[in-house]
Amino acid sequence: MVNKTQIRIALRNCGLINPERIEEYISEKGYMALGKVLTEMSQEEAVNIIIDSGLRGRGGAGFPTGIKWDYARKSVSDQKYVVCNADEGDPGAFMDRSILEGDPHSVLEAMAICGYCIGADKGLVYIRAEYPLAIERLNIAITQAREFGLLGDDIMGSGFSFDIEIRYGAGAFVCGEETALIHSMEGERGEPSLKPPFPAESGYLGKPTNVNNVETLANIPVIYLKGADWFSGIGTEKSKGTKVFALAGKVNNVGLIEVPMGTTLREVIYEIGGGIREGKKFKAVQTGGPSGGCLTEKHLDTPIDYDNLIANGSMMGSGGMIVMDEDNCMVSIAKFYLDFTVEESCGKCAPCRIGNKRLNELLGRICEGKGTEADLDRLRNLGEVIKDTSLCGLGQSSPNPVLSTLDNFYDEYISHVRDKKCPSGVCKDLMEYFIIEENCVGCTACARACPVGAITGERKEPHLINPEICIMCGACMEKCKFDAVILK
Amino acid sequence: MAKIKSIEDLRKVAKEHRDSIELLVRENDPDGFVIVKVAMATCSIAAGAKEIFDLISEHIEKRGINAIVTKTGCMSYCYAEPTVEVTLPGKEPIVFGDVDVFKADEIIEKYIKNGEILEGIIPLNYRTAESI
Ligand SMILES: Cc1cc2nc3c(=O)[nH]c(=O)nc-3n(C[C@H](O)[C@H](O)[C@H](O)COP(=O)(O)O)c2cc1C
Ligand code: SF4
Repeated sequence: MVNKTQIRIALRNCGLINPERIEEYISEKGYMALGKVLTEMSQEEAVNIIIDSGLRGRGGAGFPTGIKWDYARKSVSDQKYVVCNADEGDPGAFMDRSILEGDPHSVLEAMAICGYCIGADKGLVYIRAEYPLAIERLNIAITQAREFGLLGDDIMGSGFSFDIEIRYGAGAFVCGEETALIHSMEGERGEPSLKPPFPAESGYLGKPTNVNNVETLANIPVIYLKGADWFSGIGTEKSKGTKVFALAGKVNNVGLIEVPMGTTLREVIYEIGGGIREGKKFKAVQTGGPSGGCLTEKHLDTPIDYDNLIANGSMMGSGGMIVMDEDNCMVSIAKFYLDFTVEESCGKCAPCRIGNKRLNELLGRICEGKGTEADLDRLRNLGEVIKDTSLCGLGQSSPNPVLSTLDNFYDEYISHVRDKKCPSGVCKDLMEYFIIEENCVGCTACARACPVGAITGERKEPHLINPEICIMCGACMEKCKFDAVILK
Repeated sequence: MAKIKSIEDLRKVAKEHRDSIELLVRENDPDGFVIVKVAMATCSIAAGAKEIFDLISEHIEKRGINAIVTKTGCMSYCYAEPTVEVTLPGKEPIVFGDVDVFKADEIIEKYIKNGEILEGIIPLNYRTAESI
């Protein structure tokens, strides 16, 4: 069966054209949108098309792109900047990298269009140095666009000039946050600052700056070529167009997918993803990376868009989508993301710096079997406080993986703290060595190997491990020739 | 390269490029060029796409086949990297997945030379912006 759930807008040229040859982009109507905007539209008309299209930012927060451009357009200044956010720090996300490696000109063209709309003549791409191939292709693309006169002075005889430079990030997650990104470009520490002022008023070097995500920009040229109505005809009432996801985890067909907003998780996982690997049972899907949460079976038929994801305790984020099956422990998953945020917190504000550390310690205790039911309430309370009081989006969203797993998998937390069991068999400290009676021939090898005498039993009779004495060294399992010792 | 100074110039560059490809591909002409695209994003290269690209380029030349071998970005089938797309003259493009040295040879010998259908074809699973 050929599945046509996917629609390629942002990825329209990815995998089809040679990204290192500008002619191939041009022959796919490349730079036509820029030409159209420069020769046929006023700044205001051009911005209105993006407002009408309903395009919202694909970098996480989902702010309406046209409105953002309009703020920057209305800011009065002798100098303005267009910034492309190619920091992409979510673990497991690679949408932006794929776009830059597969179709860099679509981003450059969109930046030039944005420059015209807001009145900027300079663009900056902030990209992590860990993306060497994307950087190489961007550099080639910028050089070629300059050679062809599509960047530089007096583009296509319109009198509008625009040029683009690349700025390298060192790969800190927080530097994807727009104010931290701007500070990093200025040579300051990559720490966020309080908004307002928003970058549209005072951004790079104190000048009005418009920051957009790579994927947001990749949509722009198509909107001008096909029209705002065409674009807003795709998607749901409040989320227009498509979204690219990096589909990963326990599905058969992991890959980069682009689906219209409003596609259900079921379609994504079972039709495009080809179902769960090895016929296992679906358990959850994590969206939004370290800022997002887990959705479960009951959300499988919820249309995916910005508002539905938030209403269900997750978020769109930049587009990581990790599918989990019955073998994944949700407490460990929450801990995995928190380990990441603790590592990546810039430390500027106390709720995030100290709060997340404490939250992580609580989770650690639960995974080790030292947690109590009172700890679950502490997790929730502390999580809420961190969300409410942190300075930037990192801290404001970092408890989401914990809160959403508490909401959807409370039973699993209870098993960890009350029964001291990890139902998925992931938390090593909550498991016990155990002898299967049917397999045990009573050879006594294990009892002799046990350094603390935890194993008892008569010769030729099934043996027994006393968990009170067992120190979890695993010597018995190693010695047993009959696969009678298991960990569960 | 002369600079593009107007929309007309831009259209001209687009047309020149399309014409130059058409001249080589020549639909329905058995001697027309085959187009081979190898996905070469970071992840494809990690899966071995560079070796496949070099191998196909070398053998196409050695075996005297009329073909253009180019690289593209991610074809989005992470589960089946390296991926290679082949368009025979006048035919729809076909994407092959999990291409190793052996498979690459088979693609050249069987599909490109004789049009024999092979296993490991990835069905097209999306619509383009143009089609809606
Ligand atoms: C901790 C943190 C990390 C972020 N990382 C990214 C990122 O990697 N890429 C990105 O485009 N936006 C990221 N954002 C969102 C940006 O702050 C900003 O909203 C976005 O670049 C705006 O572009 P958009 O409107 O096109 O989405 C991040 C935000 C936070 C709070
Ligand atoms: S919330 Fe975290 S990352 Fe953001 S400013 Fe505070 S300490 Fe830094």
